[in-house]
Amino acid sequence: IAQLKDVIIKPDAPSSLLLDKHADYIAAYGSKKDDYVNNIHLKYDNAIGKMDTINVDKAVEFVLSCMNFDGGFGCRPGSESHAGQIYCCTGFLSLTGQLHQLNADLLGWWLCERQLPSGGLNGRPEKLPDVCYSWWVLASLKIIGRIHWIDKAKLRRFILACQDEETGGFADRPGDMVDPFHTLFGVAGLSLLGDEQIKAVNPVLCMPEDVLQRIGLQPDLLS
Amino acid sequence: MSSVQEASTETTEVKEQKEFEGDADEQFGESFGADPTRYTFYRDRKEWADLEPVPQDDGPNPVVKIAYSDKFADVYDYFRALLKKDEKSERALALTADAIELNAANYTVWHYRRVLLQALSKDLREEMKYITNIIEEQPKNYQVWHHRRMVVEWLNDPSEELEFIADILSQDAKNYHAWQHRQWVIQEYKLWDKELEFVETLLEEDVRNNSAWNQRHFVISHTTGFSDPAVVQREIQYCLNQIRKAPHNESAWNYLKGMLQDRGLSSQPGLLEKVLELKETHCSPYLLAFLFDCYEDALEFSSQKENTEQEQKETLKKALEICELLAQEKDTIRKEYWQFLGRSVKNKYGGDGPSVAEEAKPSVPASETS
Repeated sequence: IAQLKDVIIKPDAPSSLLLDKHADYIAAYGSKKDDYVNNIHLKYDNAIGKMDTINVDKAVEFVLSCMNFDGGFGCRPGSESHAGQIYCCTGFLSLTGQLHQLNADLLGWWLCERQLPSGGLNGRPEKLPDVCYSWWVLASLKIIGRIHWIDKAKLRRFILACQDEETGGFADRPGDMVDPFHTLFGVAGLSLLGDEQIKAVNPVLCMPEDVLQRIGLQPDLLS
Repeated sequence: MSSVQEASTETTEVKEQKEFEGDADEQFGESFGADPTRYTFYRDRKEWADLEPVPQDDGPNPVVKIAYSDKFADVYDYFRALLKKDEKSERALALTADAIELNAANYTVWHYRRVLLQALSKDLREEMKYITNIIEEQPKNYQVWHHRRMVVEWLNDPSEELEFIADILSQDAKNYHAWQHRQWVIQEYKLWDKELEFVETLLEEDVRNNSAWNQRHFVISHTTGFSDPAVVQREIQYCLNQIRKAPHNESAWNYLKGMLQDRGLSSQPGLLEKVLELKETHCSPYLLAFLFDCYEDALEFSSQKENTEQEQKETLKKALEICELLAQEKDTIRKEYWQFLGRSVKNKYGGDGPSVAEEAKPSVPASETS
């Protein structure tokens, strides 16, 4: 019989946030900070203007039809509940002002069940934890107002253990190769957990709150 | 939305450039000259000289400029040239294979390939072989599965699908794309017959395969449904058997709860007793959570039964004890959630009675969060 899937965090795993290392790691990818800000500003001006080109009611109907027997959401009706899909759905329902259509207690339960003994989060039952779920799951919980159902200290410990002390950056789980994708979500997850060294990140759009404030965009969250 | 772990292993990062294998180039032998292993850029091929390559336009403020290899840029410069000209030719089709090999996630290339397949009336059976190979190499890519679906639709022939998907699942039993494609095929072509059997085989191999449990729900809800008491009894029995084999099994308990919650957990005769029995020998946080759900359901529907006030109080007491046990001992990582449940149920059904010993907290509405 297969054993419970989880990782073991070794005693010598990184336990503090290596911000400078991560800054160097990302800088090595060649992007200039300022470009991000300009580009995003343009994108969101566009995004806001175009909401009325889609049939929002039908879209909401479709998303809700993807709700499963366990309270989660899959890709299509009948598809397995998956934290990534749930993030998309909750984000969508927030942007369309339809969060009240969720069963937040049921979904919150499914989401907090993603936390494993190691403190890390998986994306669906009986799978290994992965630092990117620190974002998909955590942001979803934040959107539906149940982020306190996760053991924050344990999750933080898991995320920090995913850092590479030599190269900087975060990997999917302790000891693996780092990449920018997991680095982004590790940092964003820590922000949601309240790390004061990192700017506040908006859970719906995965962008710094101060950027959204500047363009006047405040998506709904459940409390 | 960028791709998600397990659904796709990489996002928009360019994958490592594979060594060019040369199959697609056999049609254009001149590209190699004398040495068949030497790769010739499209810009150096005589038979492409009529086309002006179109470089990629990243706009005035490129944010993350990707360092494409020479080979990659060359292929895609010529792809853009073909698009611009709207050329529908054999050489265009061959080029799409090169472009796909360099980046199988480029949906514009896949779309154009489909346009070409139709325009040139290509042999779709050959295309099935092609896409089969690509999926075997890159089973966690969205576009390849979509392409396969299109070809199956065009052929209106799903006869290879269940076996092919089973093969992919034998390499990764939880491949989300594979399961999704399988659900589509089954639903579209009504291939329900042997699917429950297939699910059971997978659960024999790994009783914790959540995808398989999901598929079980999918099959039953679209065939017999869950209203038939005989079906429900059978499924309860199946779940409990699997739980006996592997008690700490989130999927089995989720399935059981999911199947019964609309009908009412406490409406199943004998179930509570069976679970209480299992508690002695095969306990888990999931079992306790399920027990709680049974008690809560009993409290909710007590008005329809003839429970006395005393019975209500007993049930509430048991429910609160479970929350306490989970929060303090059996599932402390989700302490906040169990305490929330305890408070909710106490506020809803508690009335005036004294509560079971739990962390002293002021009475708060069920919707409270911190």
